[in-house]
Amino acid sequence: MSRIRTLLASILGLLAPAAFAAGALEGEAQKRPINVTAIAMFLGFVALTLVITYWAARRTRSRHTFYAAGGNITGLQNGLAIAGDFMSAASFLGISALVYGSGFDGLLYSIGFLVGWPIIMFLIAERLRNLGRYTFADVVSFRLGQKPIRILAACGTLVTVAFYLIAQMVGAGQLIKLLFGLDYFNAVIIVGVLMMIYVTFGGMLATTWVQIIKAVLLLLGASFMALMVLVQFGFNVDALFAKAVEVSPKHGAIMGPGGFVKDPVSAISLGLALMFGTAGLPHILMRFFTVKDAKEARKSVFYATSFIGYFYILTFIIGFGAIVLVGTDPQYLDAKGGLLGGNNMAAIHLAHAVGGNVTLGFISAVAFATILAVVSGLTLAGATAVSHDLYASVFRKGAANDKQEVRVSRIATVCLAIVAIVLGIVFEKQNVAFMVGLAFAVAASANFPVLILSMFWKGLTTRGATIGGFLGLITAVTLTVLGPAVWVKTFGHAVPIFPYDTPAIFSMPLAFIGCWLFSITDKSAAAAREADLFLAQFVRSQTGIGASTGASH
Amino acid sequence: MVDEVTQKILRDPAFQELEKKRNKLGWTLTAITLVIYYGFILLVAFSPSTLATPLGGMTTSLGLPLGVGIILASILMTGIYVRRANSVFDVLVDKIKENAK
Repeated sequence: MSRIRTLLASILGLLAPAAFAAGALEGEAQKRPINVTAIAMFLGFVALTLVITYWAARRTRSRHTFYAAGGNITGLQNGLAIAGDFMSAASFLGISALVYGSGFDGLLYSIGFLVGWPIIMFLIAERLRNLGRYTFADVVSFRLGQKPIRILAACGTLVTVAFYLIAQMVGAGQLIKLLFGLDYFNAVIIVGVLMMIYVTFGGMLATTWVQIIKAVLLLLGASFMALMVLVQFGFNVDALFAKAVEVSPKHGAIMGPGGFVKDPVSAISLGLALMFGTAGLPHILMRFFTVKDAKEARKSVFYATSFIGYFYILTFIIGFGAIVLVGTDPQYLDAKGGLLGGNNMAAIHLAHAVGGNVTLGFISAVAFATILAVVSGLTLAGATAVSHDLYASVFRKGAANDKQEVRVSRIATVCLAIVAIVLGIVFEKQNVAFMVGLAFAVAASANFPVLILSMFWKGLTTRGATIGGFLGLITAVTLTVLGPAVWVKTFGHAVPIFPYDTPAIFSMPLAFIGCWLFSITDKSAAAAREADLFLAQFVRSQTGIGASTGASH
Repeated sequence: MVDEVTQKILRDPAFQELEKKRNKLGWTLTAITLVIYYGFILLVAFSPSTLATPLGGMTTSLGLPLGVGIILASILMTGIYVRRANSVFDVLVDKIKENAK
């Protein structure tokens, strides 16, 4: 049982760069010698993105540009940007590491990440675009009480973003230390400052293009590596698997499910968190407001799903390639036969094995760029929750003008960046692997139920949504703290109070039940008014009549 | 309490057709996704050896084409939705907008 828990913990951890960093660096994190090619390529990326930020900053004057890039992003561009948000360094290094270590199990995670996308397409994307403007709280508060709903959504957003961000910052620091030979402290500051510059000056426009460039680079790099692996086997995939089975210490076991399998509750709970958490991630939902209309929104999902799916197939080939080409080559192994720098370096070592120092430098730089892009998207989502949901809607009750709102958003960005840097430094030595799992669980338990019910269920009232949403949020956080990852690993207790790593199987239904129960028992006049407004919302969600348009005004 | 334009649109047969068709397609594809994914997860949980079974004479196990198949099916289904939305839903939306004028 404890073995399963450890495995699940490490698997959950793989959702985050922090995870691989934590996994890779639990022992000594030896600094690498300075990698000149990698640094040169990374500087090239930074220079290009700063030029884009300058270009974007000159166009970013209104909140419509700051939050939603003016609504002028095309479906293809947005699909790439979404893929950029989603193909984090964790997906790339973490999943290829899992494939390297356990084979087939890596594919299970890829699938879990991907299947949230069809759900977003079939139920959410068009309605979200038709009803909202800048944040998913716009949708939920369409007919419900502004104040409680905005506060709930902002809490859900900030909690999700904060945990995700800590995981990314710590992961970034560790990864950069490994890849570039920079100090952890310096690495965290570089990431924080660059992200602050992109978002503060360039808003969503710069963030989107940083994502797009990074997504293209990552797809090219991963395609090249997978291609080089396949060339060695004459494009015969079965021959690759056969060789991997022959040389892997686990032999045939890598071709089937491993330790993930013995606990169905955990398996299903993780599946729920991955699938529905994706549909509740604020930085992902926000991307749907950057396109012109519902038609472009659904195109974005199709492109995003295609790129992400293709990418996961590549990581699978890369992981198996690493078993054969890296795992058998002493130059990548330490004295005990483990990978230098840990399993999360599998893809990085493979880059060297198939393409020498230039490819190694390129892939390292892309990994760094990936982290930068992801933290930028997260920070923008957090800042928007502060300025649009809390400041403009709750404190100013909709009376804030464009200029004030953008200014607050920029101040919030700077504050969030500083907080992220400080937390990144504070949590350096902590095991933060559980945090991305927690972010997905909160998104699935607080944001998703409230969002989906507000769109589909006429009976949802402000009271029901607020109580249900907070129930999901608090339960998800509490059960995670009482679970193995925090209670045992961080606090050092012997036995967890809550036995599973992912709380979603409990917290998500609880949120739905809370929303339902406190809605149907709500007999207030406001509740009746909200039900009346549903029809108008329903018409708009289906047709887009009255929806905000792409044109700047 | 419901405003006139909304009432008019709600009565529009084109709107009723749109709602019916979009709901049917959306929920059908959602159900298929859930069945495929949780079916796979349950197979992993309760019968891992099935997935590890090699395919006739090869090293490749049954789980691989199934897993890759789920990825491809996800892409395919989102593609189907877009295609149908472009050809059927958008036409209806245009009609509804025209009627509501």
